[in-house]
Amino acid sequence: MNASALIFIIIGLSLISYFSGRHRASVSAKSQTLIALPKHYGYMTAIWSGLPALLLIILWAMFKPAYLHEQIIQSLPASVILQAQDQLDLYVNSINLAIENGEPVEDPIMQKAMESYQVADSNSKWILTTLVFVIGLSGIIFSLTGALTKVQARVKVEKVIRIFLMLCSAVAIVTTIGIVLSVLFEALRFFEAVSFFDFVFGTTWSPQTAIRVDQVGSSGSFGAIPLFVGTILISLIALIIAVPIGLLSAIYLSEYASAKFRAIAKPALEVLAGIPTVVYGFFAALTVAPFIRDVGQSIGLTVASESALAAGIVMGVMIIPFVSSLSDDVINAVPQAMRDGSLGLGATQSETIKQVIIPAALPGIVGGVLLAASRAIGETMIVVMAAGLSAKLTANPLEAVTTVTVQIVTLLTGDQEFDSPKTLAAFALGLMLFVTTLVLNVFALHIVRKYREQYE
Amino acid sequence: MNNTETVKNSLKKRYAREKRFQLYGRMAVWTGFIFLAILLFDIITKATPAFQATEIFLDIPLDPVTLELQADTQLDEETLRAIDYAGLIKKSLRQAFPEVKKRKDKKLLYKLVSSGAEFKLRDMVINNPQLIGNKPLSLWVLADDDVDTFYKLETVTSRIKEQQIGFIDKLKQDDRIRTSFNTTFFTHSDSREPEQAGIRGALMGSFWTLLVTLLISLPVGIAAAVYLEEFAPQNKFTDFIEININNLAAVPSIVFGLLGLAVFINFFGIPRSAPLIGGLVLSLMTLPTIIISSRAALKSVPPSIKEAALGLGASHMQTVFHHVLPLAMPGILTGAIIGMAQALGETAPLLMIGMVAFIVDVPGGFLDSATVLPVQIYLWSDSPERAFTALTAATILVLLGFLAVMNAIAIYLRKHFERRW
Repeated sequence: MNASALIFIIIGLSLISYFSGRHRASVSAKSQTLIALPKHYGYMTAIWSGLPALLLIILWAMFKPAYLHEQIIQSLPASVILQAQDQLDLYVNSINLAIENGEPVEDPIMQKAMESYQVADSNSKWILTTLVFVIGLSGIIFSLTGALTKVQARVKVEKVIRIFLMLCSAVAIVTTIGIVLSVLFEALRFFEAVSFFDFVFGTTWSPQTAIRVDQVGSSGSFGAIPLFVGTILISLIALIIAVPIGLLSAIYLSEYASAKFRAIAKPALEVLAGIPTVVYGFFAALTVAPFIRDVGQSIGLTVASESALAAGIVMGVMIIPFVSSLSDDVINAVPQAMRDGSLGLGATQSETIKQVIIPAALPGIVGGVLLAASRAIGETMIVVMAAGLSAKLTANPLEAVTTVTVQIVTLLTGDQEFDSPKTLAAFALGLMLFVTTLVLNVFALHIVRKYREQYE
Repeated sequence: MNNTETVKNSLKKRYAREKRFQLYGRMAVWTGFIFLAILLFDIITKATPAFQATEIFLDIPLDPVTLELQADTQLDEETLRAIDYAGLIKKSLRQAFPEVKKRKDKKLLYKLVSSGAEFKLRDMVINNPQLIGNKPLSLWVLADDDVDTFYKLETVTSRIKEQQIGFIDKLKQDDRIRTSFNTTFFTHSDSREPEQAGIRGALMGSFWTLLVTLLISLPVGIAAAVYLEEFAPQNKFTDFIEININNLAAVPSIVFGLLGLAVFINFFGIPRSAPLIGGLVLSLMTLPTIIISSRAALKSVPPSIKEAALGLGASHMQTVFHHVLPLAMPGILTGAIIGMAQALGETAPLLMIGMVAFIVDVPGGFLDSATVLPVQIYLWSDSPERAFTALTAATILVLLGFLAVMNAIAIYLRKHFERRW
């Protein structure tokens, strides 16, 4: 029986178990006082019948491939096993393929392996089905005995629910661990092939590795400095656009604007944050970049058609609402008494803002800018669509540069062997990206929190 | 000079500075608006041509002699399928332009009509064999994308030849060319030919992917929020969970794509390009958003309600699930819709897990190869044909339309169902 049929059986058994438990409890409720509602007894027996069986199936699904692989290996004669590892893998693979397609094979060794696979497979399915039935029926039987109503059903059920809730919130931890492990392991494999210092301090990036040994000119060099410089350049342009505009609009909206204007303007600015990044990428690549190139040409500058400036400006527009809403929060957190004090001493409103509010809110604003920087560094679609692919080491915003995220996408979207250094390099870049943004975020959140405590 | 005078003398300057500062602020706000307006205007102007399709009127000869059919031939599907429909369309074009004699010119003439026209004709004839007779079939067929772009925008590009412009002028004089609403855009999937390309496949892909995302992230997100807000003890483990959630909310989306590639595809062996894996990755990404907003909604339920339930003898679990959670539901759903809107617009992680393939079939389930709206935008924006630019912009408008509707629903929910205590 396959897994989905088994799951239906489990659901069926749990349902029977639920109704039988509830019925039993409501019958005994007529003669004695129960510690829990009849439905709690139903839930309890249903969990008893269903949950262990379900866990069993999940465990089985996880370990089945390894177990069956082991069965195949064991059935092979020593002459096959003693081959080199990659040849053995190839052999086992062809057996697996034959099993999957249901093709008859000639090779007697293969036939034997397939037989032992099928025997193991059907045996294990039998055992699994029997266990599911035993567990499910045991719940139903338990629900029929007198022992049922002596159990604190509600407490037990709530304990199970509580564990479920906790597991759900632990998904966040599992995700983080998953990210760290997946990126770290592949990156470590990459650093076996390419030394860490060559990667971090190298100045040439050309990830084309030779497919044949005698191929010329594609030794593959993985110096990531040009990518880091390109990323920083584009992020800086973005921040130069976004920080003044975002900060000034936050100041204007929180200190000067009428409540009516604020009520319209704030959500309107936040629309900028809701527009998907791929739309910004389209805008940058097809409108802003040609526009900047034409303007540059008309005043005699050579501007690349995929200039860093275009990508940076559009990215800046994207993070304006990010900067403005974070600054808005911190400016509003400055106590009113400080404003009143300054105004009472005769300062104008702008002097109050510049000399009292901004200095008081500065840590929070810096935190917001750091968060914005981390977003700019990790932004992908705008640069993939509007920045170039050539890794040039330059600080000229009119030239085409490439970024870490662009390279991750280009390295991983082509048809590529998974184990080649080229794809592994993407994970090394991903590790750099993750660590950088993590440090920026932790640092920024720390500053913002510290600042908040100051005024609470 | 005493102090009062110094202050008085400086006043004018200070007031001017005050005015200037206020002006800077106003300018900053308006710069934001102007950027937004330019962006929307640019996309709308680029998109408008895509909603119109150019069609050419043809009289297609369908008499048995031309079709080389014997009088006693059975008109079964096989026979009908074997007819050379491309040849029929070419013939009808030759009939419409009898003056064209040179081979080169004829080739250009044939290029006026979309390569999809023959399939349309074939399907029509197979569905209705009575069309075969001595009367020619009068039919509007789609024009080729270069003709389409030229006719709609009236700009001459290198892709259209002088002779073709002459043909189009003649068609115009005879009233044999027109534009109509582009239904292909909504009923077809991706294609190499712009005039036959549509967003139906991407739309269905987005639907399946979002469905997976919703089914995973909503229950898990609510459960996590309930635990953290109501049951979690104050200890290191809880703090650790909270730190993780806050950090995940700020991890670049492309890193989730790497996670999906390394864990879901290479480790668990889930098929690439499927909505299932796209949905899994996106739900991990939207989980922090949903958890954070659900916690805020749960926190806003006043403690008096909880205390009343506890006082009447409800258990902690019953209090939460019978009273707190239903009251917090509108707030939770608002957060969930905003999270879904984010997921709908997300592109980068999906590029990592193979949802960038060229897929012509409309996906019918969780495991079919699929692409989604934003990825379709990315794919088309790369195409050199000018007509694809318009299609890209039109797809963007559709995407923005969906986002606007989702956000409007969220705002409506917040306004009408969220109770202020």
